[in-house]
Amino acid sequence: MCLAVPMEVIEIDGQNARVGLGGVVRDIRLDILDERPEIGDYVIVHAGFALHRIDPEDARITLQLWKEMGAIDEVPE
Amino acid sequence: MKYLSEYRDGALASKIADGINAISKKPARFMEVCGTHTVAIFRHGIRGILPEHIELISGPGCPVCVTATRDIDKAIKVGRIPDVIVATFGDLMRVPGSESSLQKEKSLGADVRMVYSTMDALDIARQNGEKKVVFLGIGFETTSPTIAAAVLAAEAEGIDNFSVLSSHKLIPPAVGALLAGGELDVSGFICPGHVSTVIGTAPYEPVAAHYHTPCVVVGFEPIDILQGIYMLVSQIEAGEARVEIQYRRSVTPEGNPNAIKTLYRVFEPCDAPWRGLGVIPKSGLALREEYRAFDADAQFDLEVPDAPEPPGCMCGDILRGVKTPMDCKLFRKACTPENPVGPCMVSTEGTCAAYYKYSRL
Repeated sequence: MCLAVPMEVIEIDGQNARVGLGGVVRDIRLDILDERPEIGDYVIVHAGFALHRIDPEDARITLQLWKEMGAIDEVPE
Repeated sequence: MKYLSEYRDGALASKIADGINAISKKPARFMEVCGTHTVAIFRHGIRGILPEHIELISGPGCPVCVTATRDIDKAIKVGRIPDVIVATFGDLMRVPGSESSLQKEKSLGADVRMVYSTMDALDIARQNGEKKVVFLGIGFETTSPTIAAAVLAAEAEGIDNFSVLSSHKLIPPAVGALLAGGELDVSGFICPGHVSTVIGTAPYEPVAAHYHTPCVVVGFEPIDILQGIYMLVSQIEAGEARVEIQYRRSVTPEGNPNAIKTLYRVFEPCDAPWRGLGVIPKSGLALREEYRAFDADAQFDLEVPDAPEPPGCMCGDILRGVKTPMDCKLFRKACTPENPVGPCMVSTEGTCAAYYKYSRL
């Protein structure tokens, strides 16, 4: 039940936003988000609400760990 | 798909599995606390590529599964009150109470509606001003802030025919209770990623420190899970017990302060009954006094008798990680997804349902 997916912000109107992923479009709320997203940002969506704005730099830390483990040669741009 | 497909790469998964095999020497037993992890581990065949001395066991992190029979009975009781519409996440529909289920009640004429979000339940309230809409609040810290936000929206809009029947639960007290019980043999925890998106990592620090048990907050794609296991194995081999985040793209140490603030503005911790684990102090959420107008428990008389667990059902032991579905005499015989006896077979994220679907006979 704790399923949540990263979706791209397409439109923002106050606390409402439209997000998309692979052709699926959803209308969600931004009430409980920690920081306001901009169009084109990715947010983690659960039960009709955005829970988190993905910071691309945070995501890169994971890739850096893969490199340290020797699982990838270079961290992609 | 960005932030998804790169975490599903088969070649990368093999390399990380090789890495685990290379560094892992000590036998280890990791509990995946979350039902979403249980399903992902089966679906991606994670067990099959780990060293034989690493065991994965399932924990109490399926909200449907840990909802006490009594709480289901209360939901059924409220659905029988005239002019009440029950709004619920679909997962709860088929869970057996002591004598019925929401699905049965619906077929008998109760107005039970499945929703994807609490905001859908608010829409139902707006459209049915002459009726009372009761939303069944289940879920962990991932979900409960969304319910709190809906209560605040209802208050701001003056919607007075909407209330919440709260069976919400908190994950860290349950993890603490499992360890304090002393019967659980576990070397590390695969902690639920989206719970920590909200609460951060601080609540696991006492677990790591007091029980010397590593905790890694992990995402839900196959690469996430393998990397999380790699991080746990690294700690075990080094004799360490720290809280770490694998799921960086969704989790920060401090979590989401706005979601936490929203959650605790509306709710306060209360003692709560968990199926299989008994009453755990301060592990549930009740609506605060200021929000009594939105508390279904205060709006309706929902007292129900205590309900015994179904005879022979081992869901309780399975939720505590001390038995697997294979140990249960009802599994695959009297208890199947079509005719579930216990909640772990009902929910698609229940341990029994996952074993039924994915494990070999």
